[in-house]
Amino acid sequence: MKKLWKGNEAIAEAAVAAGCRYFFGYPITPQNEIPEYLSWRLPEVGGAFIQAESEVSAINMLYGAAGAGARAMTSSSSPGISLKQEGISYIAAAELPCVIVNMMRSGPGLGGIQPAQGDYFQATKGGGHGDYHPIVFAPSSIQEFVDLTYGAFDVADKYRTPVMIIGDGMLGQMMEPAEIPPMRDLKTLPDKNDWAACGHSDGRPRIINSLRIEPDELEAFNEHLFKKYEEITKNETRYEDYLTSDAEIVFVAYGSVARICKAAIVELRAQGIKAGLIRPITLYPYPTEIIAKLAKCDKVKKFVTVEMSMGQMVEDVRLAVNGLKPVEFYGRSGGNVMMPGDLVKYVKEGK
Amino acid sequence: MKIVADKPKMLTETPLHYCPGCTHGIVHRLVAEALEELGKVDGAIGVVPVGCSVFGYKYFRCDVFEAAHGRAPAVASAIRRVVNPDNLIFTYQGDGDLASIGMAETVHACTRGENITIIFINNGIYGMTGGQMAPTTMPGEKATTCIYGRDPKVNGNPIHMCEMLATLTGPAYIERVSCYDVPHVNKAKAAIKKAFQVQMEKKGLSFIEVVANCPTNYHQTPLESMQFVKEKGCSFYPLGVFKDITKEDK
Amino acid sequence: MQKITISGFGGQGVLSLGKFISYSAIEQNLNTSWLPSYGPEMRGGTANCSVIYSAEEIAAPVIDHPDILIAFNEPSLDKFEGSVKKGGIIITNSDIVHKATTRKDVKFYQIPVDTLAAAINKRGANVYMLGVLLPIFNGDISEEAAIHAVEHVFESKPKVIPSNIECLKAGIEYMKKLVK
Repeated sequence: MKKLWKGNEAIAEAAVAAGCRYFFGYPITPQNEIPEYLSWRLPEVGGAFIQAESEVSAINMLYGAAGAGARAMTSSSSPGISLKQEGISYIAAAELPCVIVNMMRSGPGLGGIQPAQGDYFQATKGGGHGDYHPIVFAPSSIQEFVDLTYGAFDVADKYRTPVMIIGDGMLGQMMEPAEIPPMRDLKTLPDKNDWAACGHSDGRPRIINSLRIEPDELEAFNEHLFKKYEEITKNETRYEDYLTSDAEIVFVAYGSVARICKAAIVELRAQGIKAGLIRPITLYPYPTEIIAKLAKCDKVKKFVTVEMSMGQMVEDVRLAVNGLKPVEFYGRSGGNVMMPGDLVKYVKEGK
Repeated sequence: MKIVADKPKMLTETPLHYCPGCTHGIVHRLVAEALEELGKVDGAIGVVPVGCSVFGYKYFRCDVFEAAHGRAPAVASAIRRVVNPDNLIFTYQGDGDLASIGMAETVHACTRGENITIIFINNGIYGMTGGQMAPTTMPGEKATTCIYGRDPKVNGNPIHMCEMLATLTGPAYIERVSCYDVPHVNKAKAAIKKAFQVQMEKKGLSFIEVVANCPTNYHQTPLESMQFVKEKGCSFYPLGVFKDITKEDK
Repeated sequence: MQKITISGFGGQGVLSLGKFISYSAIEQNLNTSWLPSYGPEMRGGTANCSVIYSAEEIAAPVIDHPDILIAFNEPSLDKFEGSVKKGGIIITNSDIVHKATTRKDVKFYQIPVDTLAAAINKRGANVYMLGVLLPIFNGDISEEAAIHAVEHVFESKPKVIPSNIECLKAGIEYMKKLVK
C-alpha cells in the first residue's frame, strides 16, 4: 500500500527491505533522517547502526562490513561525501559491493544546506584518487528513490562495485506517496562466501585489499575493472525519454530538476513550442547513445542542459552531441532552485 | 545618562542566531570580555567549528577562521607557526566537532602542546543538525539517533575530555566550568582568562570545557535546561581544574 | 489540482497542516507532494511548505504561483502574496495577521483560526484550517478522507482524535457559510 514517505526515510526503509542490515553515518544536514531512522530500525531487524565519529570513519566501517559480506550502506551530504572519497576509492579497488547515498547540498566549501547538484563530477568521474567509477543512480521521485535503493544492493553485488545514489536536499526532505517493496528474505541474497572475509577456517584466507604494488599487477587489475565498467555500461544504463519524439528543443536534466523541466515542457507545449526531455537515471554509466541519436535527428534544433550547478553534466551532453547541435546550459547554484516559469522564459527569450 | 553595562566591543552588532536560553551567547561574551581585559583583542585569531557556533566569525570582532568540521585545532596549530607568537589564538568548538570527528586533531594539538587555547562547549548533543547523539551524551539521555536513551552497550560510552587530556604531557592548563548560574558564569570567566594568560606566558595549550545546555534539543525550557546542567550535567562531568603546570612550576 | 503555499512561524503547525493535506489527498487516491523549507532558519524563524495534489503525475514539487496561500503571520503574507496566481486565494490567520492583502485580484479571507479552534482544542488550529480548505477544494477531498488523515496522524495519541475531528468539522462549517 502507498504511504506518505519523506525521501530520506523512504531510502532508509527501502534499504532495510533490500536486506541492508548495517549502516554507518555521521550527522549532516539535509540527510539526517536516514541515520536517525536506521538507528532504531536496524536493531529491530537484527542489524546494527553505528554513529561514527566522522565520515572518514563511517566509510571505513562500510569497507569493513561490505568486506565481511554484509549488505551495508552509508549516507551523507556533499562535504561529508568529500571526506569519504578516499574510502570510496579503496572500496572500488577492493571490489566491495555497498551503497552510498549523497543528498547533495550547495557548495563549494561548507557552502549552504539548500538543494544543489554540484557533486556531479565528483560522483561520476571517480571522486577519489585513481581510475574507477561508482555506478551512480539519480532518482527524481520518492518512489524512484525506493525502487533504485532496493535495486542498488543487487546491482552492487552483481558487479562487486560501490553504487552511489544521489539526490538533493529537496528530494531528501519532501514527502510523496510511495510503496516499499516486500522484505527480502536474507537467505535469497547472493552468496559471498567465495571472497568475503568473514572468518573462514577452510585453509583459504579471503583477503580484502586494495594494495597492488607491482605495476603489472595493478595495470592488469585496472584493465579488469574497466572491462567490468564496459559490462555495466552495456547492461545498466538507464534513462527516461519524455516527449522527445517530436521535440525541437530537448532538455537534459536529472533528479529533482528533471521534474521542473517536465512542468516547463507542459507549459511550453501549451504555447505551441515542442519541447522534450532526456532524464538520465544512471549518471554513470551515462546515457550517451540516446543523446547522440537525438543529435542526429533533423527536427531537434538544440539541447538545453539544466542543472542546479554552474554546469557539470553539460560536459557529458556536449560529448554525446559531439558538435552536431548547439548545447546550451541553464543553471542555478548556491542552493537556489529554478522554477518552471524560469525555464519557459529562458526558452522563449533566451535568458 | 551614564552607561553602566555594555556589550563588549569585541562582539559585533550582529544579532546572535542561537536559540532562546542557549549558553553560547554567554560564553561568547566571556571570551570577548577576557580578551578585552587582557588587552589582547588586537591580533587575536579565532578558529570556529562546524556546529551551532559555525557563524562565530560573524560575532567576534577579530580575525576568524571557519574551519572544516573537527579540524580547528589543526588549523590553529598551523596559524601558530605563521603569526607573531604574541597573537592570541583560540578555537571555539562543540562536542561533536571536538570530541567526535575532530578527536585526532584535538588530541594531537594537545599532546604537541600547541600554544593555543581551546574553548570546548559540551552540551551533550548535536544542536545544528537537530539533536543527534554526541560523543558526550550521557547514558540514558535521549537523542534522535538513540531514541530510547543512550545505552552504553549499544551506543558506547561518553567521553570525559578533560580527564583524558590531563593524562597528556602537552597541555598546560585544563579546567571544566559551567554557566548555569551567576557564580558559575564568573568562575567560567576567570578560567577562560587564566587560559589566555597561560597562552600569553607561552606555557602551552590551555583547554576550557564548558558544561552547557541545549534547550531546543533537550525539549526543555531554558530554565529547565539550566537545572538539568546543574544537577545532571555537572555531576556526570565534574567541574574543576584537571591540570595546571603554573602551579607545578612553583 | 491545487498548489498550496503555507507559511508562518516555526511551531504554528505550518508543516503539519501541509502534511494533513497530503495525507488527505492520499486517502482520496490523489497524487501529492509536500516540500518543506528546512535548516537553521526554522529555529524561531519562518517555516513554509509547498503542497500539491493532483489526479495526474506531479511534475515540479516547487511552486512559483500558488493557487492558495495560507499565511499564519505577517512576514509570510508580505513574502508570498505577490506570487499568488491571479484569481487565487489568500487566507490569513487573523489572530496574528492584523492587515489585509494588497492584492485586488484574489479572494481574501481573514480567519481567526486560533480563537475558533481554541473553543474546541487549543492545539487544533491547523486541523481547523484543514477543514476551512475542504470547501475551497470543491469536493476534490472528501470529509471522510480528511477524517482518515486526522486519525492516521494521531494514531499514537488516540485521545486527541475526537477533538481534532470536531475542529475539522467546525472548519468545514465555517467556510461553507463564507463561500455561500
